[in-house]
Amino acid sequence: MDTATDMELSHLVDMVTRNLKATPLYTDMRQAAAAQVQKDSFHLGDLKQSLLSALEESGWERKLRNAVYREMLICAQRELSIAPPEDQKEPLTYMRKAQAAWEKRILKSLNSMCTELSVPLARKRPPQEQKELLSRWTELGTEEPDLSHFRPVYAPKDFLEQSDFSELSISEPQAGVDDSPEIPADVFASERTKLGRRVLEADHTSLAQQYAKKGCPTGLRGAIWAQILGVKVDSVDQLYYQQLKSYVIHHDLLIDSLIYKDVKLTAANDDYYFVFEDLLHQILLIFSRDTSVLKCFAHTSATPAKSYIRGKLGMEEFQVTYPPSGVIPFHGFTMYSASLCFVYDEPARLYFIFREMYTRYFFHLHHMSSHPQGIVSLCALFESLLQTHEPELFYHLKGVGAQPLKIAFKWLMRAFAGFLGSDQLLLLWDRVLGFNSLEILSVLAFAIFSFRRTNLLEVSSYAAAEAVLSDLTTLKLVPLLQLALFS
Amino acid sequence: MAGKVKYACDIEKSVLINNFEKRGWTSASADEDWNFYWSSVQTTRNIFSIENGYRLQDDQVINHFPNHYELTRKDLMVKNLKRYRKDLEKEGNPVSERDDEGRYKYLDFIPVTFLLPADYNLFVEEFRKNPNSTWIMKPTGKARGIGIFLINKLSQLKKWSRDSKTNSFAAPSGKDAYVISRYIDNPLLIGGKKFDLRLYVLVTSYRPLKCYMYRLGFCRFCTVKYTSSTSELDNMFIHLTNVSIQKHGDEYNNVHGGKWTIKNMRLFLEGTRGKEVTDKLFDDINWLTVHSLKAVSGVMANDRHCFECYGYDIIIDNNLKPWLIEVNASPSLTSTTAADRIMKYNLINDSLNIVMPSGELPDVRWNKVPPKDALGNYDLLYDEDLAQADILERDTKSRLGLSVGSRGRDAKSSFTGRPPPTTWK
Repeated sequence: MDTATDMELSHLVDMVTRNLKATPLYTDMRQAAAAQVQKDSFHLGDLKQSLLSALEESGWERKLRNAVYREMLICAQRELSIAPPEDQKEPLTYMRKAQAAWEKRILKSLNSMCTELSVPLARKRPPQEQKELLSRWTELGTEEPDLSHFRPVYAPKDFLEQSDFSELSISEPQAGVDDSPEIPADVFASERTKLGRRVLEADHTSLAQQYAKKGCPTGLRGAIWAQILGVKVDSVDQLYYQQLKSYVIHHDLLIDSLIYKDVKLTAANDDYYFVFEDLLHQILLIFSRDTSVLKCFAHTSATPAKSYIRGKLGMEEFQVTYPPSGVIPFHGFTMYSASLCFVYDEPARLYFIFREMYTRYFFHLHHMSSHPQGIVSLCALFESLLQTHEPELFYHLKGVGAQPLKIAFKWLMRAFAGFLGSDQLLLLWDRVLGFNSLEILSVLAFAIFSFRRTNLLEVSSYAAAEAVLSDLTTLKLVPLLQLALFS
Repeated sequence: MAGKVKYACDIEKSVLINNFEKRGWTSASADEDWNFYWSSVQTTRNIFSIENGYRLQDDQVINHFPNHYELTRKDLMVKNLKRYRKDLEKEGNPVSERDDEGRYKYLDFIPVTFLLPADYNLFVEEFRKNPNSTWIMKPTGKARGIGIFLINKLSQLKKWSRDSKTNSFAAPSGKDAYVISRYIDNPLLIGGKKFDLRLYVLVTSYRPLKCYMYRLGFCRFCTVKYTSSTSELDNMFIHLTNVSIQKHGDEYNNVHGGKWTIKNMRLFLEGTRGKEVTDKLFDDINWLTVHSLKAVSGVMANDRHCFECYGYDIIIDNNLKPWLIEVNASPSLTSTTAADRIMKYNLINDSLNIVMPSGELPDVRWNKVPPKDALGNYDLLYDEDLAQADILERDTKSRLGLSVGSRGRDAKSSFTGRPPPTTWK
């Protein structure tokens, strides 16, 4: 963004201003300003100047700065351009086509499941069922419906097959990762904790972000992440959360069974995450009802699935997004939120952090786009790193039919959730937030291949290569990244 | 090598046999000249019984202390601990300090407990102070959750009240004796579920006390959501976390077996509650263990041929206070999952490395603590020799007017609630 032209800059300012005007911050600040002006001590002679200094003194300037900074972070992930709308979503035509074909496939799978099982996409729950669901809300994991006929709509493998990545192997190694400052090994030192406390006291988003680059001490992570993501759960948020919950209670969606099954198949079966099963059911069901997630789709060629109210097929005005969040979970989707349970245990707070992490980052990992944070770019980055720095390994694996990307893809798509040890994963996500970039995922995938190169050079089949890389829970993140970035 | 170690073993568990064979030890029967015996508690008791007249040699080591039950039988543990508190109080030791409400500051780590039928009247007195409380009844000599039930009304104990009235002078026969303990009704819940901790503690000597804490303990989770509602008192799946009970629950999972590593628990608690309180919890657990061992060190037959690997069961309440529930002399070596199997193999491996250094013929006269890098996943928890030396050194320093730094408080006594630097810190 350093080289932005004046026009791009003014475009950015417009965008940030527009976005901020739609937030409660705008109304709150107006009210605060009005209150200031009504004070007897207020000097009306120089209205503008007095107002500015009054807002600064009462702490509003800090809040505004943090909000602007967070908007900039989100914009920084996108190309700054003044392009026509469809290009803003996705400038590459073939990418638009690929995503469209993929969506068609998911939809077909969803629809045929409906037909086969004769289950409606959505139905209103009878009052008795609503009551029952409400009483079981915090122990949804203990319910045992027969879901054997439901199958995940898609798994990382399907997504990889659908995409032809070979034509996309050009990539640009990105600033922010390759030129990152050194990452100290001892992130838990008390000096770090002291510094972290000061960062939190300053209530300063950009400081918190800088801080996270070097990893957060476990005890401060929750607060630091909340500050970077701008998540403060106030009474309005609580109300919103309760509203979403009531949507779940009132209506039964086919998606709910898919979510339920995914939690059961992944987190509930996992040494690290099984204890959080009930919590995960809650927040994932709520997520599926949250229409604010739809804003993710504004900047990719992806389009949420549409459905029609019964009997009104094809009538524009009866069209609804399905599910309300627009996100159809894939096999393993649960893991994005499971890891966060180690940091947040209050359901609403956990939910809003998850939603923010999803819309900012994870969304890009299962939609096709030419976005630099998109899965396609991450795959290309991974392949080019491996090809450039480990050519022998790269060609050996290709030669024996063990396409490296085929193994690394599921890691990337799940941001390593469920693959690394629980503590190491959080250290990795510290860097994602700190550098505001997913490219660290590609670097780590490359580092893992490089680290296990001796064993990988001995394999002669895909299965053998997969076995060498099947258990990543013993890996230590920081030394691995250092190995990859600085040697 | 002076000669091969011969082992005997009357518990057929692969985690044991694999470890012996890995060391090149040869199998011997119990009657032969074994050097190392991994036995059941009953076998150890027989070996040490007077009728047997068997004398162990300097090159023989066995995995139980002859009267381990002083610690592992619920009623005796309670008795020993109560005496330990009184003794400390008599000598004016600061460890026995009480808070404003008259509770021990450092020694209040087992739920209020009575023996039945013997203490029935004392129990009734306590129960009437809090008529809504829930209590848990456990047979004194049984393990793995057998014979346990909960009560919240005196009428549920009719049988014991009659017993205490009719034969108040008759000693309770061992089989019918129960302990009744205040039920921890505010347990810490994770993901809404109740759990307890299983920690492994190795003792190589009681006088002086030398003990080690295993880092790879785990949490055992109930598969059913916790509710303190009394209507659920009969649903044992909610209240008991023993794997042998939980295995019969519908929800038992073979992948993780309801077991969660201590490391995960620490990550979770530090993340959601903060580092200070989490550190304190682990500190408290370490101290609780040391005190429980010190409480029995006087009565334990400190036979130098013996060592013991105990399973400590601990429940944490929602104020992050740990409560010692019981100690097992023969913690289960059955593996429920792949990870469990690896952990138990390592547990035996690391235990053997401490009691049988380098896997060679033992010499019970050797009484040193192995070097730190030979401890595997064990941490030295307490070494009375080192602790004494430390106190002497600090006493000397303070007498010479040298600074003793922030530990000045500790130097006043041999033992306070704060850890001496020679242990796990």
